[in-house]
Amino acid sequence: MARESSFKNMTLTLFVITFVSSAVLAGVYELTKDAIDAVRIRKINQGIAEVLPPFNNNPSDTDNVHKEFVDGDTVYVYKAITKERKDTVAAVQTFTNNGYGGKFVLLVGFLADGTINNIKVISHSETPGLGDKIDPAKHGFSLQFHGKNPETYKLAVSKEDGDVDAITASTISSKAFCDAVARAYAVYREKVMKKGKWDGNTGATSQQ
Amino acid sequence: MGRKHRRNVSTIIKNMLIMKEKIQIVLKGIFKENPTFVLILGMCPTLATTSSAINGLSMGLATSFVLMLSNLTISLVGKMIPDKVRIPSYIVIIAAFVTVVDLLMAGYLPDIHSTLGIFIPLIVVNCIVLARAESFAAKNGAADSIFDGLGIGLGFTLALTFLGFVRELLGAYSVFGYKLISGDGIILFILAPGAFFALAYLMILFNMVKKKLIKK
Repeated sequence: MARESSFKNMTLTLFVITFVSSAVLAGVYELTKDAIDAVRIRKINQGIAEVLPPFNNNPSDTDNVHKEFVDGDTVYVYKAITKERKDTVAAVQTFTNNGYGGKFVLLVGFLADGTINNIKVISHSETPGLGDKIDPAKHGFSLQFHGKNPETYKLAVSKEDGDVDAITASTISSKAFCDAVARAYAVYREKVMKKGKWDGNTGATSQQ
Repeated sequence: MGRKHRRNVSTIIKNMLIMKEKIQIVLKGIFKENPTFVLILGMCPTLATTSSAINGLSMGLATSFVLMLSNLTISLVGKMIPDKVRIPSYIVIIAAFVTVVDLLMAGYLPDIHSTLGIFIPLIVVNCIVLARAESFAAKNGAADSIFDGLGIGLGFTLALTFLGFVRELLGAYSVFGYKLISGDGIILFILAPGAFFALAYLMILFNMVKKKLIKK
C-alpha cells in the first residue's frame, strides 16, 4: 500500500527523489562533460578546416576566437594563419533570422582580401527539397559564392539587382543566405581586414 | 536420484512457464497493445521524428531505454510514494533518466544526437512513459515491469522505424539513407502532412492484419 499522503510524507518523498535525481545527474554530467566538449570542438575544427585553405595554427583556441554581438545574436570569428602565404584569414560563423524555417547558421571562410573561399551550412530548418538546397550537399547554389569578393559582388538575389542566382521557388531561403553571408563579411571586414593585425579578444567584445 | 530428477524437471517446467509469461508481456507491447497503432500514445515524437527510418529507430531505442529504466525504478520505489505526489515524483524520475540519455548521446553518439537532439527532451512528456509507470509499473513487480518496458519500447521502436521507412522511401526514394532512385521523391512525405498520411494508412493496415489474426 502507498504511504499516507500526510504533509511530512509528501515533503520527505519529494525531497529524497529530487535529491537523488540531482546527484545522479551531477555525476553523469561530470562523466560526459569531457566527451561532449571534445565533440563540440571537433565539430568546430572540422568546419573551419573545410572552409579555409590549409593553416598551421589552432583557430578554435580561445586566443584566436573573436565574438561579435550583432542583430541580437553572436557571430564567431575563428582566425587562422595560412600555411602557404602566411596571411591572416578567418572562418566566420554567421547566422540569419530570415530563413523560411527561421534561423540558420553558416560558416563562411574568407581569404585575406575578403574573397569568399567556401561556405558550410552548420544548421538550418528550411523546407526539405526546396529551401534546403542552400546546403552544398543538396544543390550547387552556395558554390556560386566561391571566389567572389563581396566588395564587388553584390550579395543580393538578381531580382533585387544583386549578383546571386536564387534557388528556384526558394527566394526567401536564398535571400536569407545572402543576408547571413553579408553579415559575416561585415564583421570580417571590420574586425580582421581593417585591423590588419589581429588583436584577438581584447577590447572588441567589451564594447559590443 | 529419481526425486532429484523429478524436482529438476518441475523447476524447468516452472521456469518455462515464467519465461512464457514474460514473453507474453513483451509480445503484448509489440502487437496487442502497440503504443502507436493501438494505444495511439506519444503521437508528438511519432510524427515529428520519423522523417527517415534511422531517425525513427534511434528515437524508438532511446525511448525504450528510458521506459525500461523508469518502469524498473517506479516498480521498486512506487509503493513508498504517497498517492498525492505520485505524478510529480514519476515525472522527476523520468526526467532524470531522459537527461542521462541525452548527455550520454551528446557525448558518445554525436551524429544521432545532432538529428534527434531537440526531440530527446520530449521523451519526458511522452505519455507512453508516464502511462506505463502509472498503469503497469506502479502495480507490478520489478521483472514484469522491465519486460513491459521492453515490450512497449520495442512496439514503439518497430512502429517508428516502419513509419520512418515508408516516409523515407516515398519522400526521398531511399532506405536507411541508401538512395534507391535518384531524384527528390515525393517531398510531401518528409513534411508534416506526409507524417499524418503515412501514419493513418499504416494504422489501417496494422488493424486489418490484427483483426485477421484474431479471427483465426
